[in-house]
Amino acid sequence: MKTKRFIVNTACHILLAVLSVIWILPIFYVVLTSFRAESGSYKSYIWPRGFTLDNYINLFHGNTNINFTRWFTNTLVIAIFSTILSAFFVLCVSYVMSRLRFKMRKKFMNIALILGMFPGFMSMIAVYYILKGLGLLETGVLKQVALVLVYSGGAGLGFYMAKGFFDTIPKSIDEAAYIDGATKWDTFVRITIPLSKPIITYTLITAFMGPWVDYIFAKVIMGNDSQYYTIAIGLWTMLEQEFVEYYYTQFYAGCVMISIPIAILFLLTQKCYVEGVSGAVKG
Amino acid sequence: MGIKKKKAQPVYDRPSDANISQAFKKGNTVTKASFFVFGLGNLMNRQIGRGLIFLALEIAYIIYLITFGIGALGDFITLGTAQQGEVYNAALGIYEYSAGDDSMLCLLYGVITLVMTAAVVFLGCMSGKSAFCTQVRKEKGKHIPTFRDDIRSLKEENLHAFLLSFPIIGIVCFTIVPLIFMILIAFTSYDHEHQPPGNLFDWVGLDNFKAMFSQGSKLAGTFWPVLSWTLIWAVFATVSCFILGMLLALLINRKGTRAKGFWRFMFVLSVAVPQFVTLLSMRTIFNANGPVNVILRQLGMIGATESIPFFTNALYAKITIICINIWIGVPFTMLSTTGILQNIPAELYEAAKIDGASAATIFRKITLPYMLFVMTPNLITSFTGNINNFNVIFLLSGGGPDSMDYYYAGKTDLLVTWLYRLTITQKDYNLGAVIGILVFIILATLSLITYRRTGAYKDEGAFQ
Repeated sequence: MKTKRFIVNTACHILLAVLSVIWILPIFYVVLTSFRAESGSYKSYIWPRGFTLDNYINLFHGNTNINFTRWFTNTLVIAIFSTILSAFFVLCVSYVMSRLRFKMRKKFMNIALILGMFPGFMSMIAVYYILKGLGLLETGVLKQVALVLVYSGGAGLGFYMAKGFFDTIPKSIDEAAYIDGATKWDTFVRITIPLSKPIITYTLITAFMGPWVDYIFAKVIMGNDSQYYTIAIGLWTMLEQEFVEYYYTQFYAGCVMISIPIAILFLLTQKCYVEGVSGAVKG
Repeated sequence: MGIKKKKAQPVYDRPSDANISQAFKKGNTVTKASFFVFGLGNLMNRQIGRGLIFLALEIAYIIYLITFGIGALGDFITLGTAQQGEVYNAALGIYEYSAGDDSMLCLLYGVITLVMTAAVVFLGCMSGKSAFCTQVRKEKGKHIPTFRDDIRSLKEENLHAFLLSFPIIGIVCFTIVPLIFMILIAFTSYDHEHQPPGNLFDWVGLDNFKAMFSQGSKLAGTFWPVLSWTLIWAVFATVSCFILGMLLALLINRKGTRAKGFWRFMFVLSVAVPQFVTLLSMRTIFNANGPVNVILRQLGMIGATESIPFFTNALYAKITIICINIWIGVPFTMLSTTGILQNIPAELYEAAKIDGASAATIFRKITLPYMLFVMTPNLITSFTGNINNFNVIFLLSGGGPDSMDYYYAGKTDLLVTWLYRLTITQKDYNLGAVIGILVFIILATLSLITYRRTGAYKDEGAFQ
């Protein structure tokens, strides 16, 4: 019995080790190549012949094509503003759907469900023309405003997750507050929000991640305005046919550079994420 | 006589308590007039603030209609009549463009005007109801809420209106208006031959849908294979990530496993890296000259100059994409299922063990049903998400390898990536819109049926 358990345990650990190697290797390769000294794109060997930090240094002392610092700040600014806006939208809608009862509630939820089923960028062209009509595509800065609006505008529809969380906060807490004379608004701000740190963090992170990983909307709105590119378009540009020979290793350096802050953020808040998924009150 | 209890008339605390027909039937002249002159009933009863807001909005709408709206509605019906032409300017000796109508803008402004009109009709109903409430309250000699009361009510019984107003404005501007616009485009001839501002396009009814389904046409010959690959992809991607992710979570969480945190970290690391980065790196890693092929060459599994066509052979590309998607999705499922797995009552497992069930049976009979029950809404979202999974396909294979048999699509194109190509590259907006509508119909039928059946939707209040 004991030996059998030992064998099973060892097998499990070996399996886990193999799997985690599979999961780590590509990441390792990215990091490795970002330090590769030889320029050019694909090589006939894996392990670099020499190592260098130039790929990173070049990113920041960029030439005209590659302006990594600029792209980074662009994305950061857009991410911060759209995070604030969309988190506000999501929390408002999900609280209303979870706690308040009114005539249109069920209808609103069904409409949200239906709207969610249309492919997101089916409306991209129309959004583009609406923004143009509003005069938001005139200059680069306005384009950034437009991008923030695009990222956060429809955010109110993604309320299901947070609503599910609010649903798990016992209603008796709210009722106790009403008895003490609190208005519903007070209850929302002073009681529900402080109790919902995990889901707020979750909402913030997902909203924050959006601009870093979106390529399509950013590309359509920014066009060829490379000064105002976000990271995603920038990195994509580096892999294009005419650039890949020059920027292959720098591309990986760029990947590492943006992965580190986001990964740290993600790992720090992972706990909140898991709590957010599983609800406020543990069974 | 008097056996039937007369239903007590509700005290109309807020306008939404009344219904429209009631307000119209029982309301007095002022109330009825309030349906057309917004805020009249409120103004007559000294609810100046509320009344003025209603009135101001109506006046603003009328001004809009006169200066712009009526013309926009006319253009909406014709989609523009004057085509842009070239006029010879004798003074400068060049051809100049004479300004024509832009069908695109005609359609857009038309939609915006229609949405605004709908909003104003809604506002009119609100105004009528509000007047009716005030009338009833006045007849009963009750306090008529002042403007200050109205403001205060936003924090209490009208909190939902207050909190929802901004998100709804966002949703209307950036989701609903564009969506109506694109749906309408599906019924026009807005393709690469009818590009505004140079050319006009017009309403064509169901022609685009007919073209999409007509037997033997190139479009139909593209649509069906792309649709079937989309469905195959969505099923494989969802199921594989769900099952494997759950197994991984079980493997890490089982009693005998040491250093749980460490293992979890190893897998979570790949989730932490932005998906965009992962996908682009994966594309280079599986490139014809990328590291995977290099390793295979060095191991002697393929010839020194050969490479496995990971993205250039249709079948290989499909398999590669599904595998890479597993790489991306499994840690994510692992993360979100860990908490739920720990919530499965331990007694169930103990009872099963006492009855002599094997690990596989326990998984099949306890873990899987429980997880399916809890995760169904989640699974549906990820299934629909996969049907619309633009990023994975676009960034990995770009839909390729391209096929001559298809109408501007590749072998791994999903409906959404095909939609993207048709609109952005090919400028066949009408066909793109048709595909968008079809995707919607597929998703709607699939998910409304299943979603409404799940426990999570039916008794959403179960835990409160």
